[in-house]
Amino acid sequence: MDQDILLQVEDLKVYFPIRRGVFRSVVGNVHAVDGVSFSIRRGETLGLVGESGCGKTTTGRAILKFNQPIEGKIYFGDQELLSLNETRFRQLRRRIQMIFQDPYASLNPRMTVRETVGEPLSIFRLARGADLERSIYKYLGLVGLSSEFIDRYPHEFSGGQRQRIGIARALALNPDLIVCDEPISALDVSIQAQIVNLLEDLQKELNLTYLFIAHDLSMVRHISDRVAVMYLGTIVELASSQDLYEQPLHPYTQALMSAVPIPDPKVERQRNRTILSGDVPSASNPPSGCHFRTRCPLAAEICALERPRLAEISTGHFAACHMIPKGDI
Amino acid sequence: MPDSLLSIENLETCFRTPEGTVHAVNGVSLELNRGEILGIVGESGCGKSVTMLSVLGLIPNPPGKVTAGKAFYKGQDLLKMKDREIRRIRCSEIGMVFQDPLTYFNPVLTIGRQVTEPLDMHRSLSKKATRDLAVHMLDLVGIPRPSERLKDYPHQFSGGMRQRVMIAMALICSPQILIADEPTTALDVTIQAQIVELVKDLRDKLGMAIIWITHDLGLIAGLAQRIVVMYGGLIIEEALVDDLYDAPHHPYTIGLLASLPHLDEGHNRKLTSIEGLPPVLYKKPVSCPFSERCKMRVERCDKEMPSLRLIGNRHRVACWVNPETGKEY
Repeated sequence: MDQDILLQVEDLKVYFPIRRGVFRSVVGNVHAVDGVSFSIRRGETLGLVGESGCGKTTTGRAILKFNQPIEGKIYFGDQELLSLNETRFRQLRRRIQMIFQDPYASLNPRMTVRETVGEPLSIFRLARGADLERSIYKYLGLVGLSSEFIDRYPHEFSGGQRQRIGIARALALNPDLIVCDEPISALDVSIQAQIVNLLEDLQKELNLTYLFIAHDLSMVRHISDRVAVMYLGTIVELASSQDLYEQPLHPYTQALMSAVPIPDPKVERQRNRTILSGDVPSASNPPSGCHFRTRCPLAAEICALERPRLAEISTGHFAACHMIPKGDI
Repeated sequence: MPDSLLSIENLETCFRTPEGTVHAVNGVSLELNRGEILGIVGESGCGKSVTMLSVLGLIPNPPGKVTAGKAFYKGQDLLKMKDREIRRIRCSEIGMVFQDPLTYFNPVLTIGRQVTEPLDMHRSLSKKATRDLAVHMLDLVGIPRPSERLKDYPHQFSGGMRQRVMIAMALICSPQILIADEPTTALDVTIQAQIVELVKDLRDKLGMAIIWITHDLGLIAGLAQRIVVMYGGLIIEEALVDDLYDAPHHPYTIGLLASLPHLDEGHNRKLTSIEGLPPVLYKKPVSCPFSERCKMRVERCDKEMPSLRLIGNRHRVACWVNPETGKEY
């Protein structure tokens, strides 16, 4: 395998059972993630975008085994995570951390900053006493929190500061990969830029690799090297950030781009919007063939019959659509 | 003065909390003209929603209280009205749409019953006429098969569809003004684009004036004709939409616009962030509330409150410093 690749996900499937009745028997499955493959290079930021319910968060959580995938493989370095036993996985788990969306819900309200940031170090028995103390100060410094806050509780902080605490905790184990699950969407506009700049600085300083999950396409474009677009449990397009935004190929990506407002009234007046009709179908009963066909302006007969594969249309630019002419771009 | 429909003068609202009195709105004056789309922009806690809720008599008392100001609508002061009168205004003259449609609707009543409620209270229409009007309104906001869906309950609609129903309900008595308080914040971008198109379309058909409250400077660029920016319970800048984006004059507006990533530009630009946090106002501000985060601060900023000064065609800004010269005006 390519030495450069830190994480490789192959044909990942995560289904959630739907249970009904007295005996809670399974009557169906929510196809949250339905065959997703991608890889992340060391030091890179891969953006994962899509609308709510498309499976982007579930994909991120599956990498940390918060959700148990029913199928697929996840290679971290040369280890396959899903086949590892608990002990082995625990050792690797240090190197993959997560930053959560809601800084109000993801911190324990009864733990001080010292306890929150120090806990992972104590659990893995990496530091104690004065060492632990020094580490905590170091990570608080890295995320730009004053050390005088160390004995305060989460409710004493603003959203942006709480998110910094969450980041310090994620950094404490010196991870290689951080799964950032919508880390800025709960924050105010003027604070979002602070956190994004912090994440970018930390990446350079500590050589981190990010899987950046978000629904805000402008922010994803800003932070990512490559971007994968998800729709209803599948990746419909994957390309370098620049290619994707300058030349989106999949009709869903095109519609998604055109729906994103641009903060400039002159540009806005001249834009031609592709407005998608209808809503995202239910993931418990996704459409046959291409999952997007029910809202797609280009849908043809073949789209209902056969599921399009993610094919490389031009170098490094992948799309899953029957309607894209192959090889002439 | 061009055709003014609603005129708010020097509005002040505060809330008593266990931590002390919070001064949420501290002297807001604004005009809404007939048929105009006015955007009110600001971060959470800036007083943008409280301003409009105060005008409509929707501030719960206690803990909240409108302590000063006037709000003239058709020559009458809304703030002096009795409950009965203001309720009539809310039903038939000024419609309101909120952020979260699911908490707004009563889950155990059908959509048909709830959409027609304003009619039942204020118009003596026959049952059939009421129903026909409801069907017409649901059709107008783009609900498929409206006559069948009248019997459905709120949970049977998707988020976007519920927002459409709420708009139908707000518009059923043909109000002169529609107040939309972050109506698309909880929605996905493709659905947001649908709702924005719908509202523009309805404005052209029905001709009401709109006040759109939002934190999203991108969204409002393509929607409003005039924008008011709020900070710390005060209006700090107001301008026609092109002027605001071309030549913002308040350091806060300038900072906010610079902190936004643009979808149509490369990703190498570092976002400029506004350091620090928005204030919580336990005291009524006596000097500029933004001064502690401001890069252009001069001595006067911490001593005196700047009032709104006219600097161009309908362009007013509350700041001591001219951003072009960096010196006081």
